[in-house]
Amino acid sequence: MDEGTELSLTIAHIVQRLKGSHLHSQIERQAKECLHQPEIKLESLREDVRSFLKTSGWERKLQNAVYRELHIQLPPSHPTAPPEHLKEPLAYMRKAQASWEKRVLKSLNSMSTELGVPLARMRPAVEQKELTNKWNEMGTDEPDLSRFRPVYAPKDFLEVLISLRNPNHDSSEDVSTRSHWGLIQVPLNVRDIPQLRRAYSELNLTTGQLGIDDHAHIHPDLFESEYVQIGKKVVAEQDSAAAQQYSRQGCSTGLRADLWALILNSTNQPQDVMHYEQLKAGVIQHDLLVDNLIYKDVKLTASNDDYYFVFEDFLYQVLLCFSRDTAVLEHFKYNSATPPKSYIQGKVGDEESAVVYPPNGVIPFHGFSMYVAPLCFLYNEPSKLYSVFREMYIRYFFRLHSISSSPSGIVALCLQFERLLQTHLPQLFYHLRQIGAQPLRIAFKWMVRAFSGYLSTDQLLLLWDRILGYDSLEVVAVLAAAVFAFRAENLMEVTSLASAEAVLADLSTLKVMPLIQIFLFATAI
Amino acid sequence: MSGSAEDVVPVSCTIKPPVYLQIGDGKADTAHSGVCVVDVNLPFGKPVNIEEITFKNYYTAYVTVRLLRRSPGQEAPAKWCTALRDLPLMDNPHTEGGSQDYYSIHRTQMQAEADHVVSVRLILRQPSSAWLTFSLEDVKIFPHLEPDPEKEVSDWLSDLTLVDQHPDLEGLPDPQTVSSSIQQMWALTEVMQTNQTTASIGRFDVDGCYDINLLSLT
Repeated sequence: MDEGTELSLTIAHIVQRLKGSHLHSQIERQAKECLHQPEIKLESLREDVRSFLKTSGWERKLQNAVYRELHIQLPPSHPTAPPEHLKEPLAYMRKAQASWEKRVLKSLNSMSTELGVPLARMRPAVEQKELTNKWNEMGTDEPDLSRFRPVYAPKDFLEVLISLRNPNHDSSEDVSTRSHWGLIQVPLNVRDIPQLRRAYSELNLTTGQLGIDDHAHIHPDLFESEYVQIGKKVVAEQDSAAAQQYSRQGCSTGLRADLWALILNSTNQPQDVMHYEQLKAGVIQHDLLVDNLIYKDVKLTASNDDYYFVFEDFLYQVLLCFSRDTAVLEHFKYNSATPPKSYIQGKVGDEESAVVYPPNGVIPFHGFSMYVAPLCFLYNEPSKLYSVFREMYIRYFFRLHSISSSPSGIVALCLQFERLLQTHLPQLFYHLRQIGAQPLRIAFKWMVRAFSGYLSTDQLLLLWDRILGYDSLEVVAVLAAAVFAFRAENLMEVTSLASAEAVLADLSTLKVMPLIQIFLFATAI
Repeated sequence: MSGSAEDVVPVSCTIKPPVYLQIGDGKADTAHSGVCVVDVNLPFGKPVNIEEITFKNYYTAYVTVRLLRRSPGQEAPAKWCTALRDLPLMDNPHTEGGSQDYYSIHRTQMQAEADHVVSVRLILRQPSSAWLTFSLEDVKIFPHLEPDPEKEVSDWLSDLTLVDQHPDLEGLPDPQTVSSSIQQMWALTEVMQTNQTTASIGRFDVDGCYDINLLSLT
């Protein structure tokens, strides 16, 4: 397929997706209304309407919408490729994901039967009313959740990734010739430091960074003041692409909420508020078993966290609404995971009664609420918080718990982390492996949550600035390796997995940007 | 795509089993072969003008396409020519990128005219010893369709338009494809506007019911 055809296919695809959108009808209405204005002349109608849409900011809104489509848009694929190829091109990865899903579903099914709790039921009217009344204080409720356990924890998932093998990969010479130091045995292509330096050039030692050059003892005139001014301009211009580029050097605290919403094109229009209210109604009407998993997860993670416990009620609201959102289903076109299916009232096989469970197709696991928690610092309006979280999930977070060959996928991140350590800290890697403390076993939990809950929040948000800025989760693997590099001296002295874990137990004092910068740009290669 | 794969039927052809080249007698040698030859025979006596060759890759790093062509109306024996040499199918022979992707080779990519072809030879190369085997799957050959003879314009005119068009098209999408797809989209939205109810309204229940007791494992 030549480039021209590919481009025109992409254009047609975006045009199709935007035609049905609210933005399309809004622009159409604006164009119709502007006809009453005196400066619109009949003889130059076309140009006049165009320039009106440009000066009134609608053109920029359209640009941002196109930019968003380009980010979540399906990658150019061959016309004869089946849909599952778009989900994941490697057959053995699809198979591994499917069998993992089956395990998760079996465990959900047995939880439901053992506890005698239906997966989904309509709430009686009394209960509905009760929930409506305490919507803003769901945290005060202390239901007995001791019988519920998370469907899986990151370490269960890690075991699946470790056992992942390519059936066409020659492993006969493993022991002798090839280094099999690491746990991940899949031959994916991951970037080494020289390649990362080119890709992350804005993080180099001479470019100003928020998270480094805004330190208290550095005079703000050197970098910070001017950089914040530029940030204000970017927000005023309302340009997604500019905001994304800006975010590579970090977003200042005052502007971050606006910049992130701009990058993600989460504009929080009246219809988004309405959508949120609709989801809320869905929560009130139906009781789901996964709600208990969400409650349990928030109680186990965020409510115990020094930074996040105050947001407990927000987290319930957002996560419960998220589970009812059928708009999330669209991301399964490019996610290797497949939403679980069921039949209402047990009418198995009757396609009319087929439904997805939960309605958004995402089964929460232990730690899931930590994807939302840091965002609570930025947005205090639930519908805005919700739309930013949903966009973050369908762009990035889903990749952290599905098996795929994507460069931002968890498998590639694990491999990249191991490769970076093996290449640049071989002695450390060897030592840890010898004492039975495989580095990935320690770092995996950080990466699955994109470090949420492990770093102090200011540092975490600086890290997520770069995820958004570079539209990739790669920087998560880099930071994980950089943390090991930073603690290398101490780690070389430990003699057991437990003591290695102890050395790396508290990351809340770390400054992420200096660590990443030094690891990428000041490591001898 | 060029609109061909959708409505044009592939040529029925015989794909011979792949032959892996080995040094020596091949049986005693345990080293993997790095080169494989797949012959595709087109129907006997009916030379084909090739529009496109499509296939699904399976761990082949590079493919070379050779064509056996017979000059029309001449009794001279058919001659082999190389239409494409070592087209990379994988980003890096040692890693997964592109290893199971779908590809098509269009006649415009070929260095020789893909006309009057009686046989196609695909030479596959995989220099990496990381893989147990490599091949191409679902090889299909699509014929080049001549424009409708009734609508055909005289040679000099079509030559003229070709000369005119070529420099403009560099790096740009095919305007006809774009315009036709946009027209189609426009028609689609017209239909949508008259038939608003088809839009998703985000309901997950079926007629108000969402009572579920068991997840389907199939």
